[in-house]
Amino acid sequence: MKGRWFKVYAIGYLLFLYAPIIILPMFAFNDATVIAFPLTGFSTRWFAAMFEQPTLGLAVKNSLFIAITSSILATTLGIFAARASTRYRFPMKAGIMGLIMLPLVLPEIIVAVSLLVVLLGMGVNLSLWTVILGHVLICTPFTIAILSSAFQSLDQSLEEAAYDLGETAASTFRLIILPLVMPGIISSLLISFTISLDEFIIAFFLAGTEPTLPVFIFSQFRFPAAVPVIMALGTVLVCLSIVLLTIAEFFRRRGIAKTGGKDTGGFL
Amino acid sequence: MGAESRWSKWRQSEGANGLLMVSPTAIYAILMLAAPLGTIFLYSFLTDGYLEIIRQFTVANYVEAWTNELYRSVMIRSLGVAMTVTFVTVILAFPVAYFVSFHVEASKKSLWLFLITIPFWTSYLIRVFLWKVILGYNGVVNSGLIGLGIIDQPLDFILYNVNSVVITLAHAYAPFAILPIFVALEKIDRSLLEAGQDLGETKFRTFLRVTLPLAMPGVIASVLIVFIPTIGDYVTPQLVGGPEGRMVANLIQLQYLKLDNYPLGSAIAVSAMAIVTLVSLAFIGLNRRYLKGPK
Repeated sequence: MKGRWFKVYAIGYLLFLYAPIIILPMFAFNDATVIAFPLTGFSTRWFAAMFEQPTLGLAVKNSLFIAITSSILATTLGIFAARASTRYRFPMKAGIMGLIMLPLVLPEIIVAVSLLVVLLGMGVNLSLWTVILGHVLICTPFTIAILSSAFQSLDQSLEEAAYDLGETAASTFRLIILPLVMPGIISSLLISFTISLDEFIIAFFLAGTEPTLPVFIFSQFRFPAAVPVIMALGTVLVCLSIVLLTIAEFFRRRGIAKTGGKDTGGFL
Repeated sequence: MGAESRWSKWRQSEGANGLLMVSPTAIYAILMLAAPLGTIFLYSFLTDGYLEIIRQFTVANYVEAWTNELYRSVMIRSLGVAMTVTFVTVILAFPVAYFVSFHVEASKKSLWLFLITIPFWTSYLIRVFLWKVILGYNGVVNSGLIGLGIIDQPLDFILYNVNSVVITLAHAYAPFAILPIFVALEKIDRSLLEAGQDLGETKFRTFLRVTLPLAMPGVIASVLIVFIPTIGDYVTPQLVGGPEGRMVANLIQLQYLKLDNYPLGSAIAVSAMAIVTLVSLAFIGLNRRYLKGPK
């Protein structure tokens, strides 16, 4: 069987992909200060120690604020762009959409330094809001990718029927289009939230003195004694993002099923 | 017909509606992306004073960025690492994409793709740090190999150098490589493959002459989507690269945040982007024949 070798390879590849995630909880529950093998014993003390970190609480609060605000703003901008690109032809479409999607491939450090230069040049003080400006920029292309597939699978005759029945453009959008693309919107909110929560470089450059969760984690890597707590924190974060992604995937699939489209696969 | 009625006619056209609809996002991208990128381009030609930037046109920053041995070696290394990572990632990813597209039942494809993308969405910093644990002196690889009796001294060439940067980045960008190839493979009309075999080609020859050329647009997309961001990665070289593994993003960060030399930092950033763009365009040019194919 030729297919079997492919399957063995693919499973091996998945193991490679999951290797760090499998190792993470081993050290989070390991009763030793040094992150190395062999493991010494089971302990939950690193999880308890998380709550004794005052900066961590602040970092979590800041990151949640940034992630919630960024995901709402990015999804709003994403709705406009996805609707425009799936429904209309307009002048310079390729150029405009290209610019909007550019952060998908542009190294984040370039986004970070260019925003930093402009903001400091304008005399803006760095704060959580400057991080949000950057996060909205990098999340928007992902929201457009998700929302475009939601808008694309819309049947345009539904919209025309609503107009024929006397609805206005605004009420058609609210009554017909919005409910049908709602699963896409929820999925896009969750994905942007996950991206923003995990984003490091832009926050590192633009947060000023405010800690965000990844900036806090990065700073702790310098202190070997702090690393086990970070492993515990990482375990919590990985579980959280798997839950969020599973919910996002559920809504994305439901959205496609609802509009009668064909599932073409993942988020990217 | 006056200018006013032509204007009102244009206002109701599809093009105007589309532009109006896209305008919030487009304006945001222009203000927050295009204008800042333009600004660092401008800055790269200014002169660095000690506390302020002097508005005097110069190409000295570029001369410095391209002739200083330190900067040049980091730039060449970044390019080398990004190319190696791209090559390794795409070669390793292709069979996985092929397996999911051709050997997995249609109903299970989404599940496979979901499993492939999950690690990509989990804390990047912690994943990179764990590679340090896996590759380290007392790490998983070394203690495993010693336990099996294959080696008796820990290997030290796998951490804090270019090798560890390549391994870690190849892991981080794996889903980026798999998905475009998968999408291209899914689009292939399966009857073409049957036709190939009916006409007497072996399975392998059919793959080389039908499947692979048709999958090339996906492969090209994978190459670009891995190559372009990889060259600017900051976290991986910083955490697992050691002094020998520094890349261009570390240099940019150093110029901006530590040395406060914005013009030189900008010149390095612009140079790096110019190199990435040229290499990408050259790559697309070399593969042009695969991209125009019959629509």
